[in-house]
Amino acid sequence: MNAPLILSADQVQTPSPASPAPDPTVARPIIRFEKVAKIFAARGSNAQVAALSDITLDVPEGAILGVIGRSGAGKSTLIRLVNGLERATSGRVTVDGVDISALDEKALRAERRSIGMIFQHFNLLARRTAFDNVALPLEIAGVPGREIKARVEPLLDLVGLSDKRDRYPAELSGGQKQRVGIARALATRPRVLLSDEATSALDPETTNQILALLRKVNAELNLTVLLITHEMAVIKAVADRVAVIDGGRIVEEGATYSVFAAPQHATTRSFLSALTGQSLPPELANRLKPEPAEGRDAVLRIVFTGTHATDPVLSRVSRLLSVDVNIIQAQVDEIAGAPFGVIIVSVPGDAATVSAVVNAVERLHLSAEVLGYV
Amino acid sequence: MFDLSFGLLPPAIVDLIIDATRQTLYMVAVSGVLGTLAGLPLGVFLATSRKGELFAAPLANHVLGLVVNAARSTPFIILVVAIIPFTRLVAGTSIGTNAAIVPLTVAAAPFIARLIEAAIREVDQGLVEAARAMGASPLQIVAKVLLPEALPAITLALTLAAVSLLGYSAMVGAVGGGGLGDLGIRFGYQRFMPEVMAAVVIVLILLVQGVQTLGDLIARRLDKRSRS
Repeated sequence: MNAPLILSADQVQTPSPASPAPDPTVARPIIRFEKVAKIFAARGSNAQVAALSDITLDVPEGAILGVIGRSGAGKSTLIRLVNGLERATSGRVTVDGVDISALDEKALRAERRSIGMIFQHFNLLARRTAFDNVALPLEIAGVPGREIKARVEPLLDLVGLSDKRDRYPAELSGGQKQRVGIARALATRPRVLLSDEATSALDPETTNQILALLRKVNAELNLTVLLITHEMAVIKAVADRVAVIDGGRIVEEGATYSVFAAPQHATTRSFLSALTGQSLPPELANRLKPEPAEGRDAVLRIVFTGTHATDPVLSRVSRLLSVDVNIIQAQVDEIAGAPFGVIIVSVPGDAATVSAVVNAVERLHLSAEVLGYV
Repeated sequence: MFDLSFGLLPPAIVDLIIDATRQTLYMVAVSGVLGTLAGLPLGVFLATSRKGELFAAPLANHVLGLVVNAARSTPFIILVVAIIPFTRLVAGTSIGTNAAIVPLTVAAAPFIARLIEAAIREVDQGLVEAARAMGASPLQIVAKVLLPEALPAITLALTLAAVSLLGYSAMVGAVGGGGLGDLGIRFGYQRFMPEVMAAVVIVLILLVQGVQTLGDLIARRLDKRSRS
């Protein structure tokens, strides 16, 4: 275990259970957005564009909160308000009780040292080795040379790059570059890590490795992570909580598991449909009709959550009601450490059978939704 | 002594060419160093002082840009003559190699400023953002990010400036600056000695090749982007 070497006294706390995440209603918020708005002057005219409106959001200490949105939804602006790279037009952004929006440049520079940030394109200095890139924030903070060495090496160890310390970024793979980026962001022992689409430039396998590393530093350093992404898979893999942003507003926010199990907003549903198992096969989707008719089968989506995710529900329903259940698609996943299944089935389309199946499923504490008829 | 001209030129002419080469190198080296000392901070300022940049001062940026453009649009031979009073003030004389360094420096500084500005603007803005996120001050960003990252491009820019100065230095014969250009005009052209002209051109070609090769070599050594 190398991690404790880089912990400062104030960061050493009893490690929170890795999964499921600490109850966010108990943990105190470390980043708070209070009625935040950000308005930009539109280029080449007097018009104003509201990038963010009425954002109220708490990031509980020690949690990983993912903000998901399409490009242009305002998520980049949102994350940059936390370290003052952008200033709120109105409202307050506080980190650990410090009102970021009220700090002058000098105070803000000091505050930024307790807020690490990683980037989509890594933003490593091409003419510095991995070691010297990680050392940069320490040089900026005025840490003496000998201490820099003592602090950088355990960090390279933590991200698994000890053997690459003298390599230049051009000699590293994308995943290795992001590992350097993470080590660099942790160098000043921040309490908060901001992740700006950190895996969007990486292939799926490397993405998973980087997300696992984020989980690891989150658990080992009790580091709060605020990440933005446009991929639901990223949220699914690491986030304890998710906020969905659309048109500069947060349209849905909650524990990842409950948002996945019962999405309330259309934008959330459309992000979820991009995940495998949530959407119908295209051939079926094309044939799907909204109305029942003679000879058509009903297509149902059944969502299995929590302890019921592994129950033999379908065979039970089929036996109970003597109905033929045809499985079209099925997937069991893990979200925030808990099992989560989606099954798409078809059953005979007459109203009596459909409502009997739906009732039976709901009696087993699962949710069933009629998607249409084929 | 070994005859550098392989017996094609009389020894007196060879001595003249060696002297002229020495003068040219002296003028280019001194004006290059002084021009860089002035042009580097100007270039950094030009690259970082537009609206919303590190040292945002749009008005100063605009005015400085105009001055730099004006200096650069003046033909060098006119600049040499036009600033003679200034040259006399600085060098104490308006004639000779030392006097010639003044207009060469005045011409080099704005040129180098623009080249350095371009080199710094090539640095990825993401690096500036990353440094700001680390809590770096604007001066730290210049010293630790912009200049080091732009160093290969700055090296090539200064190489280009040195080659241009070699060309400019040929014109300072007009104020008695001496050097290879002056020798070529006075002996090669006015005394109708084409062999001297040819020798001067060959020496200049060798100098330019040498400077460019050295500059490319250093820039490649500094550039860590294209390894593997």
